Amino acid sequence: METLIAQILNGLSLGSIYALIALGYTMVYGIIQLINFAHGEILMIGAYVGYFSVAVLGLNIYMALLLSMFVSSLVGVLIERIAYKPLRKSGRLSVLITAIGMSLLLQNGGLIVFGTDFVPFPQVIERIPYRLFGGRFVVTSHQILIFAVSILMMLLLQYIVGYTKIGMAMRAVSYDKEAASLMGINVDNVISFTFVIGSSLGAVAGVLLGLYYQTIHPLMGFMPGLKAFVAAVLGGIGVIPGAMLGGFLLGIIEALVSGYWSTTYKDPVVFVVLIVILIVKPTGLLGKNTSEKV
Amino acid sequence: MTKKQILVLSSTLFFVWFVVYMATDVWGLINSFQQVNIIWAGINVILAVSLNLVVGFTGQLALGHAGFMAVGAYTSAVLTMHFGIPYVLAILAGAVMAFFMGIVIGLPTLRLRGDYLAIATLGFGEIIRGVLVNIDYVGGAAGINGIAKITNWTWTYIFTIITVVLINNFIHSLHGKACITIRDDEVASELMGINTTYYKTLAFSMGAFFAGIAGGLYAHYFFMIQPATFALQKSFDALVMVVLGGLGSITGAVLAGLGVTFMNAALIELGAFRMVIYSVLLILVMMFRPQGLMGNKEFSARVFDRILPKRGGKDDV
Repeated sequence: METLIAQILNGLSLGSIYALIALGYTMVYGIIQLINFAHGEILMIGAYVGYFSVAVLGLNIYMALLLSMFVSSLVGVLIERIAYKPLRKSGRLSVLITAIGMSLLLQNGGLIVFGTDFVPFPQVIERIPYRLFGGRFVVTSHQILIFAVSILMMLLLQYIVGYTKIGMAMRAVSYDKEAASLMGINVDNVISFTFVIGSSLGAVAGVLLGLYYQTIHPLMGFMPGLKAFVAAVLGGIGVIPGAMLGGFLLGIIEALVSGYWSTTYKDPVVFVVLIVILIVKPTGLLGKNTSEKV
Repeated sequence: MTKKQILVLSSTLFFVWFVVYMATDVWGLINSFQQVNIIWAGINVILAVSLNLVVGFTGQLALGHAGFMAVGAYTSAVLTMHFGIPYVLAILAGAVMAFFMGIVIGLPTLRLRGDYLAIATLGFGEIIRGVLVNIDYVGGAAGINGIAKITNWTWTYIFTIITVVLINNFIHSLHGKACITIRDDEVASELMGINTTYYKTLAFSMGAFFAGIAGGLYAHYFFMIQPATFALQKSFDALVMVVLGGLGSITGAVLAGLGVTFMNAALIELGAFRMVIYSVLLILVMMFRPQGLMGNKEFSARVFDRILPKRGGKDDV
């Protein structure tokens, strides 16, 4: 019982990171129906900006988070404007291949710029273990920080999407681009804003991932990016609460597999989950059935 | 094709085989680095042409080609090493295994739209790798070592030619045309009574079959295979070849397979910079020529008709 709860707590903090990444995927997918493969690399850039602002500029973790959110959203918008926007009218296949090309470009560019070594991520807050229920469960201050920051970001996102004008515009564009533009919504700006939000969440996830694994690397974003996409599909792609649910579920599944079985199986199991959900309920746990328009 | 064209083509093919064979085994003109790249050229052509069947002709973005290559490589290696099965049979068995894996993975995922397929096949490649790492019988992460080195220029050439001919014939058959309609408009194709899931799965598992052959050739040339050999990088390489060659061009894929092999050999010292070049190429091609460099055009001997002076009548049309 103790190990079960310990693994679930561990899974919750990893899962909250996955949820943040998955939100970026799901929002971009919801608005332009594109799997933004480069999202994992946005995360990596965010992690490196976080690293530089703490280790070189000497900022505290919260300033580092803000700076990495800013840089990552800049990169995200640049990618969208340079690579995806010219292809908005062409086939899905071309955009998807471009996204893969972008991901490869940033990965290998990262290897050239940042080097191929794993960089130890500065431990910005002290690692304090808190013992709960007479020492039966241990929660570290890192887990609490990761969890708290993720929840805060999700609440902020819910507020932006649900209660602001730009959020309403985003919902309108994801519902029907043409009608939205007829209503006077600047669709290009709304899409760029979606990339800003998605990339900021990705940057936060990158810094938190650096805290979680304690090292960063130019290829660190790829696997978590893929898994977060699985999380987005699990919860229902395009659905914001679905991405959160999927992220947490996936984090817990991964922690349980590592804890009870073997860490070498945690990556394959994630993809087995994907294939099972695609067979059983392709729209995801919270997704709605929509028929394809001709 | 007319009888004369077939004759010309097959004698050219034979001539190419003969010259390279003599140059490597008899005259000793080709050094070992070049020999390795000649084998790579064959493997890459097989990968490019077979992936083009899935991505270029059927329009399904599959990113798990390296996974099928791994299935073919491991199956054939185990068969020749532990069961003493002859080389050709082992390679075919590996390909058949990859074919069945293609059906298993294709049936659930190909019912869905293309984007899911990309991720699902990508995930499948990772599952294969993850499973291989955990099987002690095939050496776990260390892989299999000491596979008999049987693949040579002749075998590579034979398998490459067979692959290209078979896929070319498939594309020009009724089944191939059904696949092309799926790429062009899936809904319309379904309305025409084409069983789209069936044809998508067929194209996908045929692609897997030939990727399995490429894997078998690889295993029996480099005599050592590891799960890490068949990482995503290899699937992306195949995709780069397909896109550069042209989505829907057999000769384009052949040329791109040769070209990328040549570039890999020439840029071997650049490391990560090589992939930067490829990824920029990929993005630029998608922006300015989304159908790939050759598009769906085929490079044919008629080009020579235009260059060379005309000798006679119109009998060779």
